[in-house]
Amino acid sequence: MGSLLEAHAVSKKFGEHTALNKVSIAVPKGSIFGLLGPNGAGKTTLIRIINQITMPDTGHVTLDGQALQPHHIKDIGYLPEERGLYKSMKVGEQAMYLARLKGLSKSEAKERLLYWFDRLEIGDWWHKKIQELSKGMAQKVQFIVTVLHSPKLLIFDEPFSGFDPINANLIKDEILNLKAQGATVIFSTHRMESVEELCDHIALIHKSNKVLDGKLTDIKRQYRSHTYEVGIRAHNHDALQNELAQKFEVTPTNFKSLENDLMLNIKLSNGTTPNDLLGYLSNKGQVSHFVELIPSANDIFIEAVKKNS
Amino acid sequence: MNHLALIIQREYLTKVKNKSFIIMTILSPLIMMALVALVAYLSQLNNTKERTISILDKSALVQEVFEDTETTKFVVLEGMSLKEAKIASKESNYYGLLFIEDVNDIDTLSTRIKFFSEEPASLSIISDLENKLEEELTNLKMQEEGIDLVKIDASKVRVNIGQESFVGEKTSKVDSVVKLIFGGLAGYLLFMFIIIYGNMIMRSVIEEKTSRIIEVIISSVKPMQLMLGKIIGTSLAGITQFVIWIILGAVLMTGMSMIFGVELTQSNAAQQELIKQAMESPEVSMEIQNVLMAFYNLPIANLIMAFILFFVSGYLLYSSLYAAIGAAVDNETDTQQFMLPILMPLILAVYIGIFTVIEDPHGTVSTVFSFIPLTSPVVMLMRIPFGVPVWQQLLSLGILIGTFMLTVWFAAKVYRVGILMYGKKPSYKELYKWLKY
Repeated sequence: MGSLLEAHAVSKKFGEHTALNKVSIAVPKGSIFGLLGPNGAGKTTLIRIINQITMPDTGHVTLDGQALQPHHIKDIGYLPEERGLYKSMKVGEQAMYLARLKGLSKSEAKERLLYWFDRLEIGDWWHKKIQELSKGMAQKVQFIVTVLHSPKLLIFDEPFSGFDPINANLIKDEILNLKAQGATVIFSTHRMESVEELCDHIALIHKSNKVLDGKLTDIKRQYRSHTYEVGIRAHNHDALQNELAQKFEVTPTNFKSLENDLMLNIKLSNGTTPNDLLGYLSNKGQVSHFVELIPSANDIFIEAVKKNS
Repeated sequence: MNHLALIIQREYLTKVKNKSFIIMTILSPLIMMALVALVAYLSQLNNTKERTISILDKSALVQEVFEDTETTKFVVLEGMSLKEAKIASKESNYYGLLFIEDVNDIDTLSTRIKFFSEEPASLSIISDLENKLEEELTNLKMQEEGIDLVKIDASKVRVNIGQESFVGEKTSKVDSVVKLIFGGLAGYLLFMFIIIYGNMIMRSVIEEKTSRIIEVIISSVKPMQLMLGKIIGTSLAGITQFVIWIILGAVLMTGMSMIFGVELTQSNAAQQELIKQAMESPEVSMEIQNVLMAFYNLPIANLIMAFILFFVSGYLLYSSLYAAIGAAVDNETDTQQFMLPILMPLILAVYIGIFTVIEDPHGTVSTVFSFIPLTSPVVMLMRIPFGVPVWQQLLSLGILIGTFMLTVWFAAKVYRVGILMYGKKPSYKELYKWLKY
């Protein structure tokens, strides 16, 4: 599948500070692309460049193979991290205003807004002022305005902040639904569990440089350490642990066993298969637990950031 | 509908529909009227208060001079000592006592006049008394020296210089006053407009920043469009407010004169008669003719054209600066350090307009400041009724528009960077850096 959006060696400096250093990414069509990185890494700058809010110093960005142009604005829906609404304007009025700024006609904007208001069960807010709504309620309105003009590319910067778990789930389902309808999503967040749940691809930006990118499963494969978490019940746990430590690389685990089993992380050296380990262990006692430790997005994030610091 | 029109529409409607805006629009003329009425009433109250001043003239030279007026009565005391006179005046609750010593030599007498009162007497009363005494004593002295007063009166000459320019346009003092009023009004209007609506623009930019909607908006429109839309929308709301003020003011004025006017004509028939007589006298009718001529002589077409052009470009110049300030800061309290450089030239312009243009509309100072872009709109508007060569007007306008474009460029830069900057109060140095982003 081709890429919807590509950034080629994009650099941006603010005075002396380099915000982005030759960052390239390719966002595959129809995917959910996680744009990750610690605070101040340059994610927001990259997103603003994609939105044509800031211009890159060097490098260029293409959407559907075309260099970014002003008319592409209506193909993108952007939910910024720093977001708000006019306090003294009525919900319906400003939703209409924002929709029409994206190029929708008056009647079309109204029709779609009514559909979405109904869908997210906020139909009776139309005549309320934003200052009467809670933060989470305002976020719903912002979400609707972002997706209303059915853009090809959706950019969500921390979309779940300010939502309670129920509404966060609702929004997550809507994002997946939009993906199913063919939209491509760039998703920037610190919350690794939502990356795990949603993203197909990720790119990690650290100190203005891209340090990692690819399919999430590929990256996980790349970061796997062939470590297994095992639980075993034997007569003499200390003796067994010493014995194992001589044969394999053994570290203690945080996992608490239900029974009083010996719990260990065992890293396989080259040439040893999981079956070898399992066979060996089953001779020593009752194996109650045996699972490969797949690196979580969180682990990968921390490791990649550490490696590049 | 394109983006700019949408932004203008929103800015205009939110301003116009804002409750405090509506209240201000309706209440301001009412409050103004009430104030004017109050001041008029109070000053009338003050005038009608009657004072009595007693006179103890030991020399008996001047006591006959003082005639009662509407507000001041004079009582001549006789055969009393100063002490008795003081007590008598105090008991009768007189405003004061004028005491003149018994000296025959007028030069000595003039230094021996005293005024006693409960509290320090008002300046206007003292100078009134002084004027009368001076006049009378001068006359007395002239008589003493054997000068014929009748001859002096007869030989007094009045001069009225008829002014005319080299090309033959008649001008007069009245002419200058009319021009001054026109120019002053135009300049002051611009000044007020910039202050009121420039601030409104600034607040509206800050509001977008604090409500964090700005990034949502500029992912759809260019910052430049947003800024221009804001300036134009707010200005249109300002014009609406001004027009309503003028209409309301006119209606209230006519209403007031309808109510009070009737009373006036009834009670002051004598006064009316007096005015009518005055009108018919040749001197006054000349004056009125002069006023009409002055209006007629004003370069009306030039005035209107120049007013529109200088008003619009001057206002846009300042409002883009206001927008830039709004973008650079997070909240209104941080605006102070940037407001000064804006307000200084503006206030300077008004002062130069008031002091220098009156003195000499085509002098060096007024001419120079009518070219300097930040002061030129106000100063030039004040100068134009006095007739400014077209090349000067065009040059000044050219400089102004050039600066305006430069300022918009600068403001747009600051705006573009500033609206996405949060948390810190920028310094001038930082603003300079933003220009290079």
